Amino acid sequence: MTDLILSPNLENADGFYADLVAAHDGLDKADSDALNARLVLVLANHIGNANVLSSALKAATLKDT
Amino acid sequence: MNKIFEVPLYAYQRSPDQDTASSVRHKVIVIGAGPVGLAAAIDLAQKGVPVVVLDDNDKVSFGSRAICFSQRSLEIADRLGAGGKLVDKGVLWDAGKVFFDNRQVYEFHLQPDAGYAHPAFINLQQYYFEKALVERVRELQAEGAPIEIRGQNKVEAVGTHNDHVKLEVETPEGPYNVEAEWLIACDGANSPTRRMLGLDFEGRVFEDNFLIADVVMQADFPTERWFWFDPPFNRGQSALLHKQPDNVWRIDLQLGRDIDPEQEKQPENVIPRLKAMLGEEINFELEWVSIYTFQCRRMERFRHGRVLFAGDSAHQVSPFGARGANSGLQDTDNLCWKLKMVIDGEAPELLLESYNRERVEAADENIRMSTLSTEFITPKSDMSRLLRDAVLDLSEHYAFARPLVNSGRLSTPCAYSGSSLSSADALTGPEITRPGSACPDAPLGEEFLLPKLAGKFTLLTIDADAPDSLKEGDVTATRLALSVKDDLTLELKRRYLGEAPGAVYLIRPDQHVAARRDTFEENAFRQAIRRATGKE
Repeated sequence: MTDLILSPNLENADGFYADLVAAHDGLDKADSDALNARLVLVLANHIGNANVLSSALKAATLKDT
Repeated sequence: MNKIFEVPLYAYQRSPDQDTASSVRHKVIVIGAGPVGLAAAIDLAQKGVPVVVLDDNDKVSFGSRAICFSQRSLEIADRLGAGGKLVDKGVLWDAGKVFFDNRQVYEFHLQPDAGYAHPAFINLQQYYFEKALVERVRELQAEGAPIEIRGQNKVEAVGTHNDHVKLEVETPEGPYNVEAEWLIACDGANSPTRRMLGLDFEGRVFEDNFLIADVVMQADFPTERWFWFDPPFNRGQSALLHKQPDNVWRIDLQLGRDIDPEQEKQPENVIPRLKAMLGEEINFELEWVSIYTFQCRRMERFRHGRVLFAGDSAHQVSPFGARGANSGLQDTDNLCWKLKMVIDGEAPELLLESYNRERVEAADENIRMSTLSTEFITPKSDMSRLLRDAVLDLSEHYAFARPLVNSGRLSTPCAYSGSSLSSADALTGPEITRPGSACPDAPLGEEFLLPKLAGKFTLLTIDADAPDSLKEGDVTATRLALSVKDDLTLELKRRYLGEAPGAVYLIRPDQHVAARRDTFEENAFRQAIRRATGKE
């Protein structure tokens, strides 16, 4: 079973974060929300593994520590 | 155009039951000559159980109504002796388009699943299905089978007793009383039987309205399924276009909750919407328009003593996924062999409890699937809509998003997961044939597997030994000996063995798996037969 990685794992943390913010530049709230939703779906498909996705959903609620 | 609606198929005829001093008692009475009631009656009559069908009408149902018959329904129809006729008449399609807002987001071509006698589904008007079954009833009658349909026989009162049911029936020549040892109520979503017994549907997940129109087009319009999410001509709702035989196209326009049905049905309101869907230049003729209101719900129990509910009388779902008539046919498929055994004293009445449990499980699965489709089609929260729209926008560009698009998941038979009739799985085999599952078909050279499993308990052996038959109490399971070599396409191996070198399956008369093991063990299979017939 693959586990969700919650330790630092990004190859270029600052770079990714800057890109993420920049992707929203100039978008209104509705377009920004839509972009985030599409991004979540693209990433979820890349992960694919049901166990990792379910753990990620739980981790994002910040209630499971 | 189509006069099939207007011809009485089972015109009223006076029955000798109307002239007797005391009520005649029949083995089984079925109320309702729709697809489910007719299927139940044919199934019982083929098993030699005398059956009388009462219907308040004398014709097939008006308008196309149920239009999509699944593979499982065709397999069941085969056993009822009507499958071939349906497939010949039905429309096969394998392509479709999905639209979102004002544009097409993608089109698809379904790859036919190899190794099944029947396609995944056909489109066919309900009246053709009913007509084929009535013709089958006539064939059975000609062979002397104990089956009868009484048109214009409206049940006005139902009285339940420990060992029978009393009915008061109204006819054009006045009322009469009749009795049945067992009553099967297949009288539809508004079931008068349910109402007369003071029973109601539990739950009420949601409700919705659909404008349903049958349109005749001579145009060389493609045989495709078109589905619209949130189109300009039906904002916030969905629309569906589907091909049926005779150049009839079925259009479903979702209308939402608070609508005025009479207003929506007016041609001056319907025609502009249809033109917006089909294109201004397409010529069409409106054959039938109806407003269909449904609630997603089921009865708490499908069996009440000697009264058994099947089909829409017991459960209702949204039309997404064709889970209405198809699940009703699976109800009767599940019920009739059990009822036959109980009537013949070969199984305890308890066996009928498993009808209730298994088909309630199936109804819950259908309601759950239908609820997921509805959430995708008409999202209930802003975030649900945002995610839905994201899926549709992505589906225009990337294949990965297309399986997430949910315009209805086609009805597949329920695998009864916790059934008391199933024995623990004793084979490291494929998931699709674990105990409780409906047997998937498989090719055997020029033939297919399922017709060989018809209507009786079968001991299916694949590269495994077993006696030619196994008799436990009154029940005999007959061996069907196969080898993976019987199917060069290896579907039999894939569906029934997986990595296992051989297997023995106990299969119920409704073609669901009761038990399976890697080898034959007499005691285990004797116990499995007892379990599968409600004796353990």
